[in-house]
Amino acid sequence: MDANIKRSIILDNYEDKTNRMDIEDTSYIKHNSRNVSCIDNINLYIKINNNTIEDLKFNGEACVISTSTTAIMCKLLKGKTIKEAIDIIKNYDSMIEEKEYNQELLKEANVFDDIYKQPSRKKCATLTWHGLLEELNKYE
Amino acid sequence: MNREDFPMLKKEIVYFDNGATTLKPDAVKNAIIDYYENYSANAHRGDYKISMIVDEKYEKTRSKIKEFINAKEDSEIVFTSGTTDSINLIVNSYFRQHLKKDDEVLITYSEHASNILPWFVLQQEIGIKVNYIKLDESYEVTLDNVKKAITNNTKVISLAHITNVVGDVRPIKQIAKLAHENNILLVVDAAQSIAHTKVDVTDMDIDFLAFSAHKIYGPTGIGVMYAKFSLLDKMKPRNYGGGMNAIFTKDGYIELREVPTRFEAGTPNIEGVIGLSAAIDYVNNIGIDKINKYEQDLKKYLLEELSKLDFIEVYNKNAKGSSVAFNIKNIFAQDTAVYLDKYNICIRAGNHCAKILNEAIRVNNTCRIVISFYNTKEEIDLLINVLKNSKNIWNEIL
Ligand SMILES: Cc1ncc(COP(=O)(O)O)c(C=O)c1O
Repeated sequence: MDANIKRSIILDNYEDKTNRMDIEDTSYIKHNSRNVSCIDNINLYIKINNNTIEDLKFNGEACVISTSTTAIMCKLLKGKTIKEAIDIIKNYDSMIEEKEYNQELLKEANVFDDIYKQPSRKKCATLTWHGLLEELNKYE
Repeated sequence: MNREDFPMLKKEIVYFDNGATTLKPDAVKNAIIDYYENYSANAHRGDYKISMIVDEKYEKTRSKIKEFINAKEDSEIVFTSGTTDSINLIVNSYFRQHLKKDDEVLITYSEHASNILPWFVLQQEIGIKVNYIKLDESYEVTLDNVKKAITNNTKVISLAHITNVVGDVRPIKQIAKLAHENNILLVVDAAQSIAHTKVDVTDMDIDFLAFSAHKIYGPTGIGVMYAKFSLLDKMKPRNYGGGMNAIFTKDGYIELREVPTRFEAGTPNIEGVIGLSAAIDYVNNIGIDKINKYEQDLKKYLLEELSKLDFIEVYNKNAKGSSVAFNIKNIFAQDTAVYLDKYNICIRAGNHCAKILNEAIRVNNTCRIVISFYNTKEEIDLLINVLKNSKNIWNEIL
């Protein structure tokens, strides 16, 4: 993908407020993801019904990479079954780690396929994906 | 000033993260190499010439530190691994024994984690209370607010001389006077002040002091705890072993050595002490007052230049230290740091280990610059130029 296109997808999602809000509704699981360097700090709000991610929202203070990838993740995984979601997260992880992965599954998340060039930002790119995985694993 | 003494400054970097650690002059490195090449032996052990040199250098450093902070006795200076270690030693080897349930310690929201968590542990384990002195609208400590926070149970006030986020300078001398009038002891965390302004424990009447060598151009892994002799003499060693005992017998009898040796069990960080010694000489050669004046002038220049940029928000305009905390409006601090790093400008982004302050000021993350004497106007001009072009930030970092 062309660098300019990637950049504009990252920024569009960075600005996108559709899924960016705090949720009080207790039918959502709240998961706090923090970077150990203690700077990115995002709350995920996960609503699961019938083994399906019925809704996924987030809010917090974080860098452009974490924020944008979380917005993409929310769109991508909403409506997926837990099993499908876990599979997508694993493929995303493989991409970040430069391993084999299924590009088709990742849609817009493919924009982070060269984040390995900035090793210090891998954490930013995976922070909330891992947070979500931790919650989903509890259902497996 | 003195840029030629710093090998790191020949690497085309602009180093503004002096609050985290300072760069080291050649003199410090050379002193450490000299130890390993010319008199590499243990301390307090030898009956041979090179070991005596170690002893002499080690104890001379103590004396040098004593003069640097104007303590009364060499024996009031204890070597530790750094500020964190010193504060933990103060809390666990003095206050743990001398405080009881419901005694109160006063700190503030803007203390570094190392001056909060050790007190929290005493709170959990022996039931003391950690209370907070209210900060004013510039997040500073006023004498009036200290007065208001003092109760009959207050036994300790523990404050940074200069804080690491806001960079405000606390009126330590006046706080000490107030504390002592109320039979309260004063602990001062000098991590952020020791390299930038005169710290005089006698004039300020400080009871306990902590600082790290690495923030004053010395090596990592070495620091200082100062305590007034009468207090130090009542402290309990935390480590037992070689070097600190005078006699011990098979039935378990131990007689400790004198103060401060009894607090330095085991082989000490000799290269650290020697490096610290060179760092203190280095700073003394320039003069701390001259350093202070230079840094203040440069900080003023930085603030003036930043104030011309309407997309920059500065959070600590009134603070008297040499730090500036800012953000590019609507840009996350870490993104700004990554952007500046593209131009080899090193600044710190984060919450600077002062998590409860962030709750209070509702700005979680800032970019922080702490000025050193080796920074220059040209470096600030470069920073300002790069910031001026920051509308390109996404093209540069994505
Ligand atoms: C105010 C303050 N106190 C304590 C410390 C801890 O110092 P060290 O990590 O050297 O122990 C720091 C370091 O950033 C500091 O800024």
